[in-house]
Amino acid sequence: MAKISVDGIEYDVNPENNLLQECLSQGLDLPYFCWHPCMGSVGACRQCAVKQYRNEEDKKGTIVMACMTPASDGSIISINDQQATDFRSHVIESLMISHPHDCPVCEEGGECHLQDMTQMSGHNYRRYDFKKVTHRNQNLGPFIGHEMNRCIACYRCVRFYNDYAGGEDLAALGSHHHVYFGRHEEGVLENEFSGNLAEVCPTGVFTDKTFSAHYTRKWDLQTAPSICAGCGVGCNTAPGERYGTLRRVVNRYHHDINGYFICDRGRFGYDANSSKQRVGKALYRHGQEAEFKPLSSLEAKRQFAAMTGGDVIGIGSPRATLESNIALRDRVGVENFYAGFSDAQFDCLQEVLKSLREPGLYCPDVRQIERSDCVLVVNEDITNTSARLALAIRQAGRNAATDLANEARIPLWQDAAVRELAQNTRSPLIIVSPQGSRLDDVASATHLLQLDNQIHLLQAVAHAIDPDALKPTASNEVDEALSSSIAAQLCQAKNPCLVSGISAESPALVKACVNVAKALRAYRKHNSAEQNPVALCFAMPEANSLGMALLLETGGKPLRAALQRLASGSADAAIVMENDLSLRTSQTALAEAMAGGVPLIVMDQLHNRFNEQAQLLLPSSSVFEQHGTWINYEGRAQSSYQVFRPSEDILASYERLSALDPMQECGVSSELIMQEFARANDAFSALTQLRPPRVGISASLKSPRQSHRFSGRTAMHAQDHVHESQQEQDRASALAFSMEGVMLQKDSSLMASPWSPAWNSNQSISKFQQEINGELQQGSKGELLCVRQSTETAYDAISAKRDEKLTCFIISQLFGSDEISANAPAIQARSLGPYACIGQELALACGIRQHGLVDITTQTGRVQLPVIIRRQIAPNCIGIYPANEVDKYALLLGEITLQAVPDEDSHIASSRAMFDHLLIKDALAREA
Amino acid sequence: MTNSQLIASTAPRVQARTLTEQEVHDIEHELTLYPDKRAVGLEALKIVQKHQGWVSDESLLAVANFLEMSAHELDGVATFFNLIFRQPVGRKVMLFCNSVSCYIMGCEQIKAHISERLGIDYGETTADGQFTLIPVPCLGDCDRAPVMLMDGEQQRNLSIEKINEILAESAERE
Repeated sequence: MAKISVDGIEYDVNPENNLLQECLSQGLDLPYFCWHPCMGSVGACRQCAVKQYRNEEDKKGTIVMACMTPASDGSIISINDQQATDFRSHVIESLMISHPHDCPVCEEGGECHLQDMTQMSGHNYRRYDFKKVTHRNQNLGPFIGHEMNRCIACYRCVRFYNDYAGGEDLAALGSHHHVYFGRHEEGVLENEFSGNLAEVCPTGVFTDKTFSAHYTRKWDLQTAPSICAGCGVGCNTAPGERYGTLRRVVNRYHHDINGYFICDRGRFGYDANSSKQRVGKALYRHGQEAEFKPLSSLEAKRQFAAMTGGDVIGIGSPRATLESNIALRDRVGVENFYAGFSDAQFDCLQEVLKSLREPGLYCPDVRQIERSDCVLVVNEDITNTSARLALAIRQAGRNAATDLANEARIPLWQDAAVRELAQNTRSPLIIVSPQGSRLDDVASATHLLQLDNQIHLLQAVAHAIDPDALKPTASNEVDEALSSSIAAQLCQAKNPCLVSGISAESPALVKACVNVAKALRAYRKHNSAEQNPVALCFAMPEANSLGMALLLETGGKPLRAALQRLASGSADAAIVMENDLSLRTSQTALAEAMAGGVPLIVMDQLHNRFNEQAQLLLPSSSVFEQHGTWINYEGRAQSSYQVFRPSEDILASYERLSALDPMQECGVSSELIMQEFARANDAFSALTQLRPPRVGISASLKSPRQSHRFSGRTAMHAQDHVHESQQEQDRASALAFSMEGVMLQKDSSLMASPWSPAWNSNQSISKFQQEINGELQQGSKGELLCVRQSTETAYDAISAKRDEKLTCFIISQLFGSDEISANAPAIQARSLGPYACIGQELALACGIRQHGLVDITTQTGRVQLPVIIRRQIAPNCIGIYPANEVDKYALLLGEITLQAVPDEDSHIASSRAMFDHLLIKDALAREA
Repeated sequence: MTNSQLIASTAPRVQARTLTEQEVHDIEHELTLYPDKRAVGLEALKIVQKHQGWVSDESLLAVANFLEMSAHELDGVATFFNLIFRQPVGRKVMLFCNSVSCYIMGCEQIKAHISERLGIDYGETTADGQFTLIPVPCLGDCDRAPVMLMDGEQQRNLSIEKINEILAESAERE
């Protein structure tokens, strides 16, 4: 700790930080632009000038940039000094010279850091009467709007996009007063984190284009704390609603998980909520009728009650809330409740749960991944399955730079200096994968192997680390050199981190990863100074994959058992909840099950291939329209709150399932379901702590979802009737659908939209952190449900065979693989149709041309797909991107044969347009 | 409608041209002098400009591909420097100093004369593609002001007569 004096008041500060950060940590108001808590200082904007004095006697002082000055012990500074204040007001005046006076039509208005800082710096009147510099804007694709005239050249955008997120297609162009932030030519901003530009930009240069299309001021949005349901990371989000439709999603700070940044799937996928595919009304088909008929909400409840009177089976879902899965199981009984994911995933998740309870290992949160000094990524294309983890892995590479900077005694917040020093020095990132990935640019090595060979390699690595781990048979010299080099890097690291996933649906892969972690644990126990646990995590495909697996431990059977029962017709009805079963099993198996003739009740948000077969199709709430609990890849339970109430036809699945009386308005609240369940099951007892009490946090008042200046409350429904309608009541949570109540900032799990006097932008979050970039004050971070056991388990035996025959692997895409977000128009504009991907050798052997069609046949399935030939792919592998259309389970079984479909230039041309969109650099030239 | 039909194409509007043998040779020489490829960006742009007169989008992409770097980043370098030309210039580029010493020595009248003779202002090129006039801050020859740099040759002690001579000489050589 160091002591500094600011305007005569002493503060205890961290001397490793700079003055700006420490002043903000102390809650002082000091304007800034270019500095960002995650990106450090470059001293570009000169806005945070303060007066620094050499000692007590020095009355004159010098002006310094707070962000570029260490908060060293004994520093004496003044923020309020007249010269410093004048300096800042002149800096803002010159930054604002070419800034247009367009706040009323600017999307940033009302939550603009530039507005806040201009006010704070006292630049209230403009004096510059001359011609402003103007720019041409670019079309940057479906996500990001561009209005360069508003730019104040703080360089935050390129520092985030290029330096932090690894983007390559945004640059600072030009110089002096003509600096232009854009692409070299118009086109889609490719990086998976481009949406953060809207939050990183202190003004309205980069804006959320989807939000602009149905724009509402920040203060007119109704917001509630939510959890992104796009994958299993569990990023915290703040969705906003107005007039009954969802308008946008922004990041909500969570210290351990997403921090300041979320991926573009999470940000732009929300529009699926208003998509044409939405099931808006209950639909019923009588017997064998072909056409659905709409039902009123009451008729739907009656029909549901009538159909579920007898022996009913229920199939849950890893993309539904924990409450809905519990309610379904309670409704149908444990013996009739089945997993909502494939059997292979079921098996994988059993292994993952074991690893989460294994002592001596830990499941790193996102911030812990960032701190790792050696990362091994196995098989999972992490950028496309759990993008936020990939962003963390990218930061982990910078730990080598941290070491260099410490040696050279350069403070870590000196961003430009540290990067200049490090150049291309990075901590090891080893990727073992069937194909090249978006992290290859920061990887120290990428080993392209098909799945069986990956498992074989992992076994060899485990053996090289700890000879007690079983040595795989049939290894050769190449393997040994490779495995011992990987082993050596993992052993040398202080915080090695293993990242894999269950996309390959291979329990053997999960076991092999766990074995490597166990070997490292053994090694560190005996040979290393580092005794801290070994980091091992598995990316989860869906928001509640792990939640469903945990629930199944307390009762439930795998999906195949449900399909058998359906095929044999031994049930009166089947409820399939928020689940497209055609994505969970092969079409043949599904068709057999459906042939059993059991009446099918499906509850879902969106129409899909599967629920068209239902007899009764009931509309379900999305994550934004219900309260719910989600369990992420770490086993962390988090609450999402209802942002707004949907139409009366749409109900949360748990509301429908827990309502026994059709006349009842709705069923039991999510809170009651959760409390009862947590009390009955020890493993879930932490869940009773998860949510703050419904009333009484602040006297008897609730916390408002609407801001204190929310407008139009009495006029919003005037087109329907002139009476002031009663506000919706929320009986299930501590939040109110109102602007009244106490702006509750005490519990961060209830704080969706931070605001503090003079801080209207998202930068106001620093007012609620214990220190900058630190934990939220009195913040709820969720509850970890998997408890480490005390006894270590032995290595898992795996039959590690090496395979040279042609195998198929499934490709994931950030934009398209998630079924819900894939229906958002902006995401659709970035997504691809199904395709196959092969290497050059295979292409030559089968006579397949670049972008031609390939015919893929297995024992159980056949499909024709456009093909991309790339360099970075394991030999004897074919990658298939199913785009939720191709029956992937049919292609994974038995021998695969490939055949070129005779070339027709027309289909080459049409698939070429699609492949222009694929973000890989190693595709072979068209002529090849 | 399948997703593929909704795609906004990201296909680049221009394709890289092929670098000439001489350009490749010159850039490869520079590569031996720097620790990594990206560092050669500026030199490579200068080489291309020397041979082509300016750096077109096609040339920029070619250099970026050759140096295995992002075209966006390279364009950041190219547009930062005033004297890397990202649009066509005349066969002769007049880098005319309008800084303080030259100003004292009357460069304004001389510039007015050039503009009148050629019909171009700063930043413009004559219709016949012969001359481009560009202001520069200082050419380091203040004791012989006013000066300009043309065709790699410093023209000192400029006067209206000297400008006429230079233009006449250029016309002769054509």
